[in-house]
Amino acid sequence: MIISVLSGKGGTGKTLISVNLASALDNAEYLDCDVEEPNGFIFLKPEIVGREAVKIKNPVIDVDKCLACGQCVKACQYNALALVKGKVITFPKICHSCGTCLLVCPAEAIGEQDREIGIIEKGLNGSLTCYQGKLNVGEPIAVPIIKQLKKKINPERNVILDCPPGSSCSVVNSIEGSHYCLLVTEPTPFGFHDLQIAVSLVRQMDIPFGIVLNKSQAGRNIIVDYCQKEKINLLGAIPFSQEIAKIYSEGNLLVTQGHYWKCFFADLAYRIQEVRG
Amino acid sequence: MKIAVSASGKNLDSMLDPRMGRCECFLLIDSDTMDFQVLENGAVNASGGAGIQAAQTLLDAQVEAVITGNVGPNAWEILEAAGVKVYRSNITTVEKVFQAWKAGELEVINQAGPAHGGLRARQGWK
Repeated sequence: MIISVLSGKGGTGKTLISVNLASALDNAEYLDCDVEEPNGFIFLKPEIVGREAVKIKNPVIDVDKCLACGQCVKACQYNALALVKGKVITFPKICHSCGTCLLVCPAEAIGEQDREIGIIEKGLNGSLTCYQGKLNVGEPIAVPIIKQLKKKINPERNVILDCPPGSSCSVVNSIEGSHYCLLVTEPTPFGFHDLQIAVSLVRQMDIPFGIVLNKSQAGRNIIVDYCQKEKINLLGAIPFSQEIAKIYSEGNLLVTQGHYWKCFFADLAYRIQEVRG
Repeated sequence: MKIAVSASGKNLDSMLDPRMGRCECFLLIDSDTMDFQVLENGAVNASGGAGIQAAQTLLDAQVEAVITGNVGPNAWEILEAAGVKVYRSNITTVEKVFQAWKAGELEVINQAGPAHGGLRARQGWK
C-alpha cells in the first residue's frame, strides 16, 4: 500500500506524521520526496547503505551541422534555447529534457548529454528501508529526482511518501499512483486555505484521502467544521503542545516516547487501511 | 538606430516597465525620426524563461539597444553575445526615457542583474 503525506501549506507536520507512521508500520518503506529540503532522515537516523546520481538529458548543438534555422528555438516550450548571431545558445537549467529540439532539427545537429542534478540515498534502520532524494542547490527542477526516487517503491511493502509542500508539479508527481493520501493541516486560516487546494488536487486525481489535524487547539474549529461540511474523514488530531515541539526539535520520534503515541500511529495506520477497504 | 524600451503601455506617454522579460510590451523607437512601433512581448505570460524569450524577440526585431530597469542573467547572456547595448532607466514616461537616452544621461548596464528582478521589486526584496 502506498500512502502519500501532503499538506498544501508547509510546516504543518508532514514529516512528523510520515516518520512516525513509517516507524509504527510493519514491513515499511519511507521515501522523502521533499527533495529540496529532505529532513526525514534526521528523525529516522538510518545507516546510509547506497547512493546514486540523478541525471537529466540536455541538448548539445553540433556547430558544424547546425544550419542556424532557429526551428529548435521556436519549438522549445520552455525557452531553453536562443539563436544569437547564427549560433544556438542553450540554457540547461531551464530545459525540461523533453527532446522536442532533437525531433524538429532538420540537420540532426542536436544530441543529448547527461547532467547531474542531485542524488538518491538509501538508508536502513532495522526493518525500515528509507530513501531520500536531494536536489543540488541552484537546480530549479525537482521532478526528475522524484520520478527516479519513486522507482524504489516496493509494492509489497507499506510505503510512506513524505511529499513536498505546495500543490504544483513536484506534489502531483509524488502522489501519482498512491492508494491513499493523508492531508496534514493546522487550524489556521493559512493552513485551511492551502488544505482546500490540496483537497481539490486529490479529488481531481481521484485518490482516496483523509485529514490529520496537527497543532489542534480547543476552540479552533475551522478544520473540524470543514471536514464535517465536506464529509471528509478526520483521522486524528495531535495537540498543540510544547512537549511534542520539544521532542521534534531534538530530532526524536514520538512513537519512541511512550505508549500513547505508538498506539496513536498504529491506530492511524489501521484506520487508513479500514477506510481504503 | 532602432532602440527598444520595455513599457507598460502602447504609446510614448506610457511608463517604462522595469521588468525586461515580463514587460507588457516593447516600444521600438527610430532614434533619428522618433517614429515608434509596438512590439508585443510574447514572454509576458511564459511559465519560465521569460527573459530568454523576450531577448530573442528583440534580436529577431533587429534591435540595437534596449532601455529597461533590470536584465537577469539569462537575458543578459543573449544580449551581450548579440552585442546589443543595454541601458538602465528609472520609471518615467517612455518619451522622457528616450530624451534622457538621447542626451547620454542613461547608465549603461554591463553585467547581469539579479534573476526575477520584477518579483524582487514587487516584494520589496533587496
